[in-house]
Amino acid sequence: MRAMERTEAELIAAALKGDAASFEPLVEKYSPRVFATARRYARRESEVEDIVQEVWLKAYQKLSSFRGDAPFEHWLMRLAVRTCYDFLRSHQRNRETTFSELTEPEEDWLERFVRQPDSASEHASAAKQLIERLMEQLSPPARLIITLLEIEDRSVKEISRLTGWSVPLVKVRAFRARAEMRKLLAKIAKDKYL
Amino acid sequence: MNIDELRKKLIAAARLNPPQDRVPFAFSTRVMACIASAPALDEWALWARALWRSAGACLTLALFLGVFSLLTPPAADSVDLSQAFERTMLAAVDLENDYAR
Repeated sequence: MRAMERTEAELIAAALKGDAASFEPLVEKYSPRVFATARRYARRESEVEDIVQEVWLKAYQKLSSFRGDAPFEHWLMRLAVRTCYDFLRSHQRNRETTFSELTEPEEDWLERFVRQPDSASEHASAAKQLIERLMEQLSPPARLIITLLEIEDRSVKEISRLTGWSVPLVKVRAFRARAEMRKLLAKIAKDKYL
Repeated sequence: MNIDELRKKLIAAARLNPPQDRVPFAFSTRVMACIASAPALDEWALWARALWRSAGACLTLALFLGVFSLLTPPAADSVDLSQAFERTMLAAVDLENDYAR
């Protein structure tokens, strides 16, 4: 473990001295994590690749700001989350503002939920589709907060470190995000059952 | 319909389906090629760009204020600012002269 850390530090030091090739092992090692993060916020694979590429370009350009007192992975994930948030904000106009018609499996799943909540399994692919579509409707801060706080189960402090927002701001945004989500779900329920 | 229950169920569904961490073939090569071709980050150039932009904004504001002051007719009872300023500055001297007389 220690040898691994030293190697990483050596790679970073070499990259900082101008040896760009030393950066490649870091790209290979951490790309899976960055891809998994980017796939939470972008659906199209071309967009995901663009986000990850931007993360790595930023990481290389800002490498001198990495102080080395925390693991490189933490620093990189902060950069990744902030790049994803920038992506959400820049694509804000493209997101659908109204919930388009539900697909048949989604309707079936909702029907089952209304009749007997326990019978609608969260393992169903319809539930997965529904939450993905719902997340796409949320505003960028709401989507980021719901993803980090509720889906990835991170603490408020951790989110504050990742996003650069203060702890009270994270709490306020979490409250608003939940309300936004509830409002969207209430709208679906109203459109369908009232 | 219980909205909170539905929300919890959908969040649980999202938790059960984490995104894949698959990396496309030769992605690191692509990133390294981008790094090699990307121009180095020049902080002085960033400063220069920011300064030019602010200079443009200042010039626009100066032009706007100049045009505004030229086109606005002076109010009838307005005092000439330069004269008022001069009078204030020289108030002490005027007083001294008055006493001398």
